[in-house]
Amino acid sequence: MKLMKPKRDVGIIGYGAYVPRFRIRAEEIARVWGGAEDGLPIEEKAVPGLDEDTVTMSIEAARNALARAGIDPQQLRALWVGSESHPYAVKPSSTIVADAIGAAGSILAGDWEFACKAGTEALQAAIGLVGSEMAEYAMAIGMDTAQGRPHDALEYTAGAGGAAYIVGPAENALAILEGSYSYVTDTPDFFRREHQHYPQHGNRFTGEPAYFDHTLRGAQGLLDELGYKPSDFAYAIFHQPNVKFPQTAAKKLGFKPEQIAPGLLTNKIGNTYSGAAMIGATAVLDIAKPGDRILMCSFGSGAGSDAFSFVVTEKIRERVAKAAKTMWYVSRREVIDYALYARYRGKLVMN
Amino acid sequence: MRDVSVVGIGQAKVKEHWERSLRDLATEAILGALKDAHVDHADALYVGNMLSGELAGQENLGALIADQVGLRGIEALKVEAACGGGGAALRVGYLAVASGQFDVVIVAGAEKLTETSNCLTTASLAMAADGDYETIHGISFVALNALLMKRYMYEYDLVPEDFAAFTLNAHANAVNNPYAMFRAPITVEQYKKSRDIADPISVMDSAPICDGAAALVLMPTNRLNGNGARAIKIAASASGTDSLGLQDRRDPLWLSAVEISSQKAYAQAGIAPQDVDLFEVHDAFSIMSVMSLEAAGFAERGRGALLAREGQIGIQGKLPLSTMGGLKARGHPVGATGVYQAVEAVTQLRGQAGKNQVPDAHIAMTQSLGGVAANAVTHIFTN
Amino acid sequence: MDLARNWRLKDQRFRLEGTVCAECGAKFFPPRQVCTECKSTNLTPHEFDGHGELYSFTTLRSAPMGYEDQLPYVVGMVKLDEGPIVEAQITDVNPDALKIGQRVEMVTRKLRAYGDDGVIVYGYKFRPVANGA
Repeated sequence: MKLMKPKRDVGIIGYGAYVPRFRIRAEEIARVWGGAEDGLPIEEKAVPGLDEDTVTMSIEAARNALARAGIDPQQLRALWVGSESHPYAVKPSSTIVADAIGAAGSILAGDWEFACKAGTEALQAAIGLVGSEMAEYAMAIGMDTAQGRPHDALEYTAGAGGAAYIVGPAENALAILEGSYSYVTDTPDFFRREHQHYPQHGNRFTGEPAYFDHTLRGAQGLLDELGYKPSDFAYAIFHQPNVKFPQTAAKKLGFKPEQIAPGLLTNKIGNTYSGAAMIGATAVLDIAKPGDRILMCSFGSGAGSDAFSFVVTEKIRERVAKAAKTMWYVSRREVIDYALYARYRGKLVMN
Repeated sequence: MRDVSVVGIGQAKVKEHWERSLRDLATEAILGALKDAHVDHADALYVGNMLSGELAGQENLGALIADQVGLRGIEALKVEAACGGGGAALRVGYLAVASGQFDVVIVAGAEKLTETSNCLTTASLAMAADGDYETIHGISFVALNALLMKRYMYEYDLVPEDFAAFTLNAHANAVNNPYAMFRAPITVEQYKKSRDIADPISVMDSAPICDGAAALVLMPTNRLNGNGARAIKIAASASGTDSLGLQDRRDPLWLSAVEISSQKAYAQAGIAPQDVDLFEVHDAFSIMSVMSLEAAGFAERGRGALLAREGQIGIQGKLPLSTMGGLKARGHPVGATGVYQAVEAVTQLRGQAGKNQVPDAHIAMTQSLGGVAANAVTHIFTN
Repeated sequence: MDLARNWRLKDQRFRLEGTVCAECGAKFFPPRQVCTECKSTNLTPHEFDGHGELYSFTTLRSAPMGYEDQLPYVVGMVKLDEGPIVEAQITDVNPDALKIGQRVEMVTRKLRAYGDDGVIVYGYKFRPVANGA
């Protein structure tokens, strides 16, 4: 039995997304560098404004989640932020978020880092905390304002955004957890050393041995443990560093394009790293109906994958409209050129 | 209380004094005032200043400047009320003489705003506002005035050109003031073309960053000892306050402190606003002139800008304003400005204003504002 | 870096925590200890809901030290639905599209950072009301 499932049934009580409003078109990035070597991996990506970072974006997503959950923030016993772009190297993002939403005080707070799966790692922990009855409610956030080195392939995709989830008892859930499965190995496909501004990656090494091996094992592991096949799911969301990888992974597992399309946002907002699978899932929850089964499968370099199966309940009907929807954030956009992008992302040498 | 008169005035030219320090400027102004008053001693010195600590790294100006002018040993203090420090220093000096405590008091105002970078000066000037609720949001002092001007234009359906007459008047008057910073007239076209600092406030709506010092010698009116001929009486000295932050005002377009101090001053002097022959208004921004005229009772609410448009504020007008250039064109070395205003009022009442002489000037009013009129000090002078 | 100063204001900065007069019901932001209406000193905390309308606004072209990197930025006075006026930056806007009277809502953003190695101050800003629900 490798399935993870708490003794007490738990689920998602509330969720919220956030995407900053600026976009840079991939063709604009290609223009600056005289073309893209392997074509354009996405159409455009989200760029945070000068006054935004992982903390402010987490706060808005967390407020959206609270609005949907309808609980007193003081009922939260944990608030965890998973990110690879915490604004402080030392000092938690999560304490700032907790205080901002009125959850500070009798609560756990900490930051998680696991490349792109820090958010789902935090979600697993929240499930454990609530499932063990140590806590009634816990919040897990995956949020990033990731940076790619100028002219690197990642520059086209490193976006900004993410989502917040409140985990609580199944009887109050808008989606009940059926079980989760995690798979981790030491695979150095992508990393950033201490004090370095930009990450390094292994180019094609990030594909087969890293993204695909872990994602497929994570998702297949969960399917096997639960005894489900892809057709049992209404929707599936995979980590989405670009458009092609999740499409390929879904196909290999036997999912149809229409099952993954609603949760595949990379083409419009870029790879939101820790937020990527989680915000894909909020877009799906926004349109899901009671009874829908949803697979969410993350991937984080380094490397590992967390896969979850949720079944949507009747409570979804009343909660979706209590906060801004994911696609509203996706469609809220102001296109900027590379010059403004360089300024907003701190790429101009000022001193 | 005794009546108090101004028996001596002195001033340094307002400009960017790269080669001169705060103490140099204050010394020039004070020695000038003592010479003008024909006295060589004083019992006390009150120095109006806002930012000597922040920009020049120097506090304790009282002791420093008293010593520099050869008066080591006397009572000496700095008086701070943001940009209204000069008016506040005059009020303290007035009280010291009127109370009978001292017979000869020097009131000085000295400021050096050019000691450091522009953005540090901008940040320092914003200390006149509410630090925790205005400044932290990056709201500069200009921005506060811009917020009021935009709302005022919205309420009364005005455009920026409706404010131009104040700027044109100030520059026209500064042409004949050798102590003024800007001595060239400007046109409406120049006004319209000028660059925004914080819309709708342009460079032409706001007083310049500059340095300067001015000084007065005060004595009891009944002990003038040969100074009688040139003495100008202080008929009123009054002060009022408002909330420091604009956010705390129920009606942000009404300058309560101006109303309070003006009304007190009229009562003390036994006059009405229409008796005033000239008004040295705190025209740090055009909108401050407009709102001051209304709150001080010279114009109906919403009609302050009309006064200028109708040509009433020139030297020959019904209420001459900023007769030696005002804050806009003489310059606004903040903590010194209130003292410059008094020096200019005395010059007018002595009949020494030359080409800018207001005919038949007998009653002159000065008003020195600290912050966005969080502090208002009004003085009325008579000859 | 004003660590203590900014820290002690966090309830106000994060959640617009002001005060309400227990005697006459007047609401204040920033919080006050003495009621301006009835002079009572019996005031208790009150959290404002962060909605209001734009009373006035301006775009800065010249900034105080510590804010130069943000230029040009918009600041405004917001009249909260519950009464008080709050001054803050208006974010997520094109200033040309702003109008006096426009509905705005509170968001939490970075107000400033004390250099690359200093503390980051977070707090309220306002943006045009956006109903994405």
